[in-house]
Amino acid sequence: MKTLKSFGYLLGLPLILLAWWWLATSGEPNFFVPTPAKLLTTFVETWFGERMLTDVLPSIMRLLVGVLAAIVLGIVLGLAVGLNRTLRAVTEPVFEFFRALPPPVLVPVLMLLVGINDGMKIAVIISGCVWPVLLNTIEGVRSIDPVQNETSRSYGITGFSRIRYQILPSATPTIMAGVRQALSIGLILMVISEMFASSSGLGFTIVQFQRSFAVPEMWSGIVVLGLIGVALSFIFQWVQRRVLRWYHGLKEVENAV
Amino acid sequence: MTQTTEQSTRAAVKAKASRVPSKGLPKWVLGLVGIVVFLGFWELMPALGVVQAKYLPPASEVIAALVTDLGLSAFWVAVGDTMAAWAIGLAIAVVAALVLGLVIGMSPFLRRFTNSSIEFLRPIPSVALIPLAVLLFGIKIESSLLLIVYACFWQVLIQVLYGVADVDNVAMQTARSYGFSYAQRVRDVVFPTMLPYLMTGIRLAASVALILAITAELLIGSPGLGKEIALAQSGGAISGMYALILATGFLGVGINAVTRVVEKRVLSWHPSVRGEATV
Repeated sequence: MKTLKSFGYLLGLPLILLAWWWLATSGEPNFFVPTPAKLLTTFVETWFGERMLTDVLPSIMRLLVGVLAAIVLGIVLGLAVGLNRTLRAVTEPVFEFFRALPPPVLVPVLMLLVGINDGMKIAVIISGCVWPVLLNTIEGVRSIDPVQNETSRSYGITGFSRIRYQILPSATPTIMAGVRQALSIGLILMVISEMFASSSGLGFTIVQFQRSFAVPEMWSGIVVLGLIGVALSFIFQWVQRRVLRWYHGLKEVENAV
Repeated sequence: MTQTTEQSTRAAVKAKASRVPSKGLPKWVLGLVGIVVFLGFWELMPALGVVQAKYLPPASEVIAALVTDLGLSAFWVAVGDTMAAWAIGLAIAVVAALVLGLVIGMSPFLRRFTNSSIEFLRPIPSVALIPLAVLLFGIKIESSLLLIVYACFWQVLIQVLYGVADVDNVAMQTARSYGFSYAQRVRDVVFPTMLPYLMTGIRLAASVALILAITAELLIGSPGLGKEIALAQSGGAISGMYALILATGFLGVGINAVTRVVEKRVLSWHPSVRGEATV
């Protein structure tokens, strides 16, 4: 009974929305909105086949490479800057500017500097994703409990082991918040870099469909992007739960007191 | 007795806090040094032949182009178009998310009922809607608005839902037992608790709205700074393009600064901000 109820909560609204969509489109055919059945068949026809290999997987690869590189770069640079007060003060205004710069405007710049190739697309993704990770790492390192710092100093914990056992764990909750932002920015930039200058990839294909008025195919592309976004957010939540298990445990204890 | 020791410790902490930054140069000088080093590096890159000057003009040339832009009315029209799309889109998203968030958040049933749909719809990237926007509205401001409203709506909605969930149960029950109506409960109990969360949502949404306004202009060609960047790039006016990119960066910095100030003003009564001011 209880599982039935939670299933109802989980699927109730999506089913209502699907039924409403089905009813609204089942009368006379609408040019802009395909019926659910039409969209499903188009989705399978369009994406399960050659396109999976030529467009979808390369796009996802570029996204993953870019985001992972940005995370590593952001954490390493963030540790270096966050641990040095002078360096932090020197870099703050410049970093603040780059964070405020809307990442898509860098697409034309990188097109000029790198050329139109896979490297440019990965560079675009890195250049947009690195800022939330970098700034959150700096913020996380800065806000470490001073008592903890003094404790590790008096125990003589320095250098790499201090970073590994004191600084990284304390900064992880803040860093994860940055990674979450980086993921959604990365997905946006993957699509934009392909819409701009490309002859393959998801973004390119979807724009192609739209230009040739292949409306159900275009919608099926939007669905693919949505599914990638949802999948990324689930993977992120799973990783976050593992990485921050100790932290959530701590919070529960604190809240219980 | 305890109070005096506490006061003296606090004074000591305060003295320490104010002493530490004064070690060495003041902070703004260091920041200025950083900016100068960055600009110098940029100036030298094409001069030393690391990058060709036709791809990356020296900083002085770009800044000169930006100064020329500032005197042109076409530039200000583009800024106005971008800011109009930003403001209208943000306003629609905030109002819609606030109203829906309050209604959903106040009802435990609706919160559970809508959870799966919200978690599914939220991560869908707004740029996926670009083809749809082009198809529906063409190169008009409505295209930008569709993207901005979609992206910002989730940012604010999630924060409002967190905020409403944070309302103190005792306060809520007290209000109920005093016979507060629904509207009174929203105004006097829920709203003050939720306000810091709402302001965070608006601050995040404000920068997201700028990103999408520029993106829509760049890709769809609706009027604004993004369209000017695309035009400058395809026309080969490279230093003009860099100048426009600098301008969008300054717009972003300005929006961040203004939302920070507004947040502080609106929440001046709130412990989180009050604490910041005294220490």
